[in-house]
Amino acid sequence: MAVCVAVIAKENYPLYIRSTPTENELKFHYMVHTSLDVVDEKISAMGKALVDQRELYLGLLYPTEDYKVYGYVTNSKVKFVMVVDSSNTALRDNEIRSMFRKLHNSYTDVMCNPFYNPGDRIQSRFVCLGRAFDNMVTSMMIPVC
Amino acid sequence: MEAAAAAAAGGGCGSGPPPLLLSEGEQQCYSELFARCAGAAGGGPGPGPPEAARVAPGTVTAAAGPVADLFRASQLPAETLHQITELCGAKRVGYFGPTQFYIALKLIAAAQSGLPVRIESIKCELPLPRFMMSKNDGEIRFGNPAELHGTKVQIPYLTTEKNSFKRMDDEDKQQETQSPTMSPLASPPSSPPHYQRVPLSHGYSKLRSSAEQMHPAPYEARQPLVQPEGSSSGGPGTKPLRHQTSLIRSFSVERELQDNSSYLDEPWRITEEQREYYVNQFRSLQPDPSSFISGSVAKNFFTKSKLSIPELSYIWELSDADCDGALTLSEFCAAFHLIVARKNGYPLPEGLPPTLQPEYLQAAFPKPKWDCQLFDSYSESLPANQQPRDLNRMETSVKDTADLPVSTQDVTGDDKQALKSTVNEALPKDVSEDPATPKDSNSLKARPRSRSYSSTSIEEAMKRGEDPPTPPPRPQKTHSRASSLDLNKVFQPSVPATKSGLLPPPPALPPRPCPSQIWAIMNSVAVNICIQVVEWSEQVSEAELLPQLSRAPSQAAESSPSKKDVLYSQPPSKPIRRKFRPENQATENQEPSTVASGPASAATVKPHPTVQKQSSKQKKAIQTAIRKNKEANAVLARLNSELQQQLKEVHQERIALENQLEQLRPVTVL
Repeated sequence: MAVCVAVIAKENYPLYIRSTPTENELKFHYMVHTSLDVVDEKISAMGKALVDQRELYLGLLYPTEDYKVYGYVTNSKVKFVMVVDSSNTALRDNEIRSMFRKLHNSYTDVMCNPFYNPGDRIQSRFVCLGRAFDNMVTSMMIPVC
Repeated sequence: MEAAAAAAAGGGCGSGPPPLLLSEGEQQCYSELFARCAGAAGGGPGPGPPEAARVAPGTVTAAAGPVADLFRASQLPAETLHQITELCGAKRVGYFGPTQFYIALKLIAAAQSGLPVRIESIKCELPLPRFMMSKNDGEIRFGNPAELHGTKVQIPYLTTEKNSFKRMDDEDKQQETQSPTMSPLASPPSSPPHYQRVPLSHGYSKLRSSAEQMHPAPYEARQPLVQPEGSSSGGPGTKPLRHQTSLIRSFSVERELQDNSSYLDEPWRITEEQREYYVNQFRSLQPDPSSFISGSVAKNFFTKSKLSIPELSYIWELSDADCDGALTLSEFCAAFHLIVARKNGYPLPEGLPPTLQPEYLQAAFPKPKWDCQLFDSYSESLPANQQPRDLNRMETSVKDTADLPVSTQDVTGDDKQALKSTVNEALPKDVSEDPATPKDSNSLKARPRSRSYSSTSIEEAMKRGEDPPTPPPRPQKTHSRASSLDLNKVFQPSVPATKSGLLPPPPALPPRPCPSQIWAIMNSVAVNICIQVVEWSEQVSEAELLPQLSRAPSQAAESSPSKKDVLYSQPPSKPIRRKFRPENQATENQEPSTVASGPASAATVKPHPTVQKQSSKQKKAIQTAIRKNKEANAVLARLNSELQQQLKEVHQERIALENQLEQLRPVTVL
């Protein structure tokens, strides 16, 4: 299961970032930030020809000793980055894909809310939008914590 | 118990009021009340008569808040309450200990019985104090959910009753049980019948709220939400035309109805009148009840309710079940209901209550075609004062139930029963519905995304098609060229296809050749003059040059230098000719621009003068010249007037074009 999930806007600022082990959060933030370069590289490599042909799921962005970072980008250049534990070998590519798909669906639901301005943070701290999104992310991250 | 109470009373207050003598019933009731108030203060002692040991300052105290609320619920005037609090000693000791509390309660009973508020009053046997259950002590709004937990006035009733309510509440927090709750109240084991029993129509929110965690006593703030049975005129009356005023008025009216309103205890259940109101609002936003309200429209509308944006977005999240960015009628009603609830202080639920689920709402207020009979019977089951016109309106408020036809059937049956306030039967079905609906909503998620787009485009297309372009105006009489301009078509923004046609065909250019013709005429005239002048001269050389000169103007292609040479070759020409020379020069300079001057000038070119007359003829020539000059003057004057006329026309055209351009400009910018 994911250890950290991040949603990054088109302009490369974070819309939502959450990691389960609440300590050492900064490390995950840093990893997500560095992965953005890789994402951009992959986009530019593929995206020249036709945007439609470009697949949304980017696959493994880069592995580190402890973690693996996966990426997914939408057609509106919103990026989802997921960090999973390397020790969790049971996770297969399909599962990662399905997780990203769920993320994408939840993100679309957030978008559908007319009170959500694109570019805002997806907040779910108090009674506001993003509650469903947050719940969904929690469901993806629960086993780890 | 009496002894304990007396001992407590005696022990607790040294210089306070005299010891109380409480009857059994009183004792129990007071202790219950006290426990409630004390418990509300924050984990106070358990129910039951407080022990003497506990009567120590600072340990068992009822919080002033709930106590005040309780006192106010007794509907005594504030002054009396102040007196009571003073008398019972709370003011002196600074807190409401059990003794003080009991004394206060006794005093309240005395006051309610009409006895003066005196210490002596409590010595006699008194009925139990009565507390109005319908009022929530004037507090409508609750900003902080934390305060809501059991802090409101608690109606005194026994723990047995409480347990029964708890059981029912646990089953379904939101289903109200009117009849079951009525029965215990009707015959409370120990509480005497002089509980001021609010009629069934009034709220039992307190009863439930005591056991509730999520929906505390502010249920009775629910009253504003529910249109009264007796004053349904207020309900339909609050449907004004404008959204904003209607919204504001609705909130105010709902608050007004608080006092004598009747409502189903269910805060998340929409009553008939509310539903009608919501439907009307929906219709004002979107005429077709079976289609959607787009997100932006709904956003504007709900923003008027002055709730915060996060709350509104949360409400949207809850109510837009299929997450398509648009609200169907049921979703809209659910959202509206949630907003109203929130405005009246209810905390927003974690999930959409089952009674607000769109399928449920659809079933509750079903389509006319296959639910007419159901609906008729349904309307009959409603309180008698439902106006018949509601029926008609409900029939028109339709939502396509394409989602879950099966479940709606079940829920319809459930809803009927529920509305007849025999909820227990409906409970299990509703509960079973609950897990079904989220799954279904999830499965529906993939589908409706396209629906929203198509619906919005359909809406837009509808709107576009709503205004067929008006027929073009009749052409104006004065300006013939304007008839080619279809101004209405020009300014119709919704007809994109004719964009190219928007720009009117440019008016026919003013006949350019005209000036040239004019100049040609002038040239010819000048040529005439030249010729006349030349006729005067008696120099043969000029005669030679004359043909050239005459030919020069006739030939448009004549180059100016040659003309000038011709002109300059005539320095010895008579001074009269010089007068004309500038004219000649002027006219001949115009010559290169003129194209059609040839034929015109040719027509007027006289054949070469062959004979040079002498002075006798000169006179004649002068006279003819004068005559011709006059003619030329006349011609020129006529030309002038014609040119002026044309100038005016051109000006008018220019103005028209400029206007047109201005009007076109905002369209083209888009």
